[in-house]
Amino acid sequence: MSGTPVSSMLLMLVASLIGSSGAVLLKLGAMELNKGFWHILNLKLAAGVAVYLVSWYVFVLGIRHGELSVLYPMVSLGYIWTLLWARLFFKEPFTREKFAGLALILLGVFFVGLGSK
Amino acid sequence: MNSTAANLARPTDVPPRRPLVLVFGCTVLGAAAQIFMKFGANRLTHPGLIGMATNLPLFCGLVLYGLSTVLLVLALKDGELSLLYPVIALTYVWVTVLSLVLLHDKPNPYKLAGIAIIVIGVSVLGRRGKR
Repeated sequence: MSGTPVSSMLLMLVASLIGSSGAVLLKLGAMELNKGFWHILNLKLAAGVAVYLVSWYVFVLGIRHGELSVLYPMVSLGYIWTLLWARLFFKEPFTREKFAGLALILLGVFFVGLGSK
Repeated sequence: MNSTAANLARPTDVPPRRPLVLVFGCTVLGAAAQIFMKFGANRLTHPGLIGMATNLPLFCGLVLYGLSTVLLVLALKDGELSLLYPVIALTYVWVTVLSLVLLHDKPNPYKLAGIAIIVIGVSVLGRRGKR
């Protein structure tokens, strides 16, 4: 952990937050598809993809310095934010399965990060 | 009550299969996209826009990314965001497996343990949810 600058961790945190807002925009845009497939060309989806690109850029900035085992799993923090936004904006329930599954996935990504150079 | 109403009254605590299958496809295509990008980046001799525009693997990678995004959106149309979004972590699993097979990466115990735990996590997410 000592080899990882706080600035890199902050960048990863920011990337995960931006990415999770991109996920909310994708969900909002996806709901337009109930009117027909070609509603896939809508502003919310375009905004979602744009926000993803921004989050990817911040991610690349963040991952340049420091240990991947610390930085890699931080992107998965986005899954936690998304769980919160989904409850807040789309009234999706919290379930035990979601918490347990998410915890396991975070642990798994942590291990993948440990194994990455 | 007609049959549509009966369908709507179906218990909602079991995650529907279709969105899960779509996200599954999204992660496979996303992983393939990453592998193509890696291939493309390795043989990128002329950096800059022209070098990138004439690089076929890089182009294929972009197209696959586009397709995987379409699948994700189709999944989100009917599925829960909080359920489907973490499933995207399966991409790590496919990338690790494909890198072992295609790029001849050395197997790494941490990575193997990690992808095993991710697979268990995803299968827990797909189970019947109690509120």
